[in-house]
Amino acid sequence: MNIHKVKQIINAEVICGEELLDMNLKMGCGCDLMSHILAHINHDSGSVLLLTGLTNPQVIYTSDAVDIKVICFVRGKRPDDDVVKLANERGVVLMCTQLPLFESCGKLYKEGLRGISENV
Amino acid sequence: MSDIVRTSKIQEIAYECKVEEAMTKDVITVAPSDTMVDVWMKLRDKRISGLPVVSEGNLMGIISVEDFIKCIIKGRKYEQVKNNMTTHIEFIYSDEPLIHVFKKFEKHRFGRFPVKERDTKKLVGIITKGDVIRCLLKRLEKDYYEEETQKNRMENIFHDIKSDKTTVILKYHVKGKEFKKAGEKSSLLKNALLRLGIATEITRRIVIASMETEMNIIIFTDGGEITIWVEEDKIKVNAVDSGPGIPDVEKAMIPGYSTAPDWVREMGFGAGMGLPNIKNCTDEMKIDSKIGKGTSLEFIVNMKK
Ligand SMILES: Nc1ncnc2c1ncn2[C@@H]1O[C@H](COP(=O)(O)OP(=O)(O)OP(=O)(O)O)[C@@H](O)[C@H]1O
Ligand SMILES: [Mg+2]
Repeated sequence: MNIHKVKQIINAEVICGEELLDMNLKMGCGCDLMSHILAHINHDSGSVLLLTGLTNPQVIYTSDAVDIKVICFVRGKRPDDDVVKLANERGVVLMCTQLPLFESCGKLYKEGLRGISENV
Repeated sequence: MSDIVRTSKIQEIAYECKVEEAMTKDVITVAPSDTMVDVWMKLRDKRISGLPVVSEGNLMGIISVEDFIKCIIKGRKYEQVKNNMTTHIEFIYSDEPLIHVFKKFEKHRFGRFPVKERDTKKLVGIITKGDVIRCLLKRLEKDYYEEETQKNRMENIFHDIKSDKTTVILKYHVKGKEFKKAGEKSSLLKNALLRLGIATEITRRIVIASMETEMNIIIFTDGGEITIWVEEDKIKVNAVDSGPGIPDVEKAMIPGYSTAPDWVREMGFGAGMGLPNIKNCTDEMKIDSKIGKGTSLEFIVNMKK
């Protein structure tokens, strides 16, 4: 599923990385715990979508460490400009949706995005 | 880059890109039975100068500001669109290359062309000069980005430098309690390792372990220093901080054990997964800690043959 499709399913707004929306995503991970991301995202993370309610710079640094390229903030949260700048420098796509975490994940899963433990 | 190269690059894109990629898909239209007043309100609200006239998805004509003005002069502003529209329409198919749009703009004085789907002949979009330019810029930017990353992906440094033993040493100072920048040094390390030509899988293991280390130094200590030795067969990392030290290292290594305060949890850390994760990511790990003095953490990742 490409990012255009994700955007449509959870009615998300693109904050940066508009030119990268053709990128293909296979798995999703809904998580407010960066420790968990560092410990459990192992390989092929280039096709992982991270959904989170956190908007601090560590979300970008953590994603960078494990090569996650697409992040969607839930519950209508928006990051500060310096966080957007960090994402831009790394070619990371940022989006935001008004939906809560559970509903965002549920809708995407229903449409075929898999979980990271399913390892597709 | 010279002008000649740039020009041909744009031409190349103009041949490659299809109208479909550049066009606006949400077309504002009017029906043949609408009145000229309806037309005027749409033109005014959307700040545009012309509209396609559509019936059941089929393109019937084009109606412009000029057509509306003519009707006003004749006092016929409540007349239907179908009696005032232009029926000779210059359109383009969605599967044509952008270069055809360029040629059309050169040939005709129109500011926009309706776009039809070739099989169904239905209206699927509209294209203006602005759309074309936006599409070209987007492609140029994407190509440029790919070129840049290609350039930065270096050959492994150890293939180029001949010596009996080559070691590249990197050092990062980490300030304690400066949470805002937590993760920055590990991000710099990632770039440095990729720049040295270290394989992505090895880089990732080192960077994840370094990120955990950096977070711990910032959260639990007054500051420290991370040193990385990059060698042909392995990467070794040593992190020393100036206290307070870990009272029970064995306990600290248990997954889930954490003394992190609530504010750290609120930022998404403090699950007690850091030290076990470092052990998982690396081939060797060693902790030396003295209460009141500080902690020294060392880990090694071997390059795979
Ligand atoms: N450099 C250090 N100096 C002092 N104490 C430390 C240091 N590193 C770790 N600790 C102690 O060890 C515990 C476990 O560390 P670990 O990194 O495994 O988990 P955490 O940092 O609490 O949570 P997480 O890493 O999941 O965000 C910490 O809670 C802390 O008490
Ligand atoms: Mg930790």
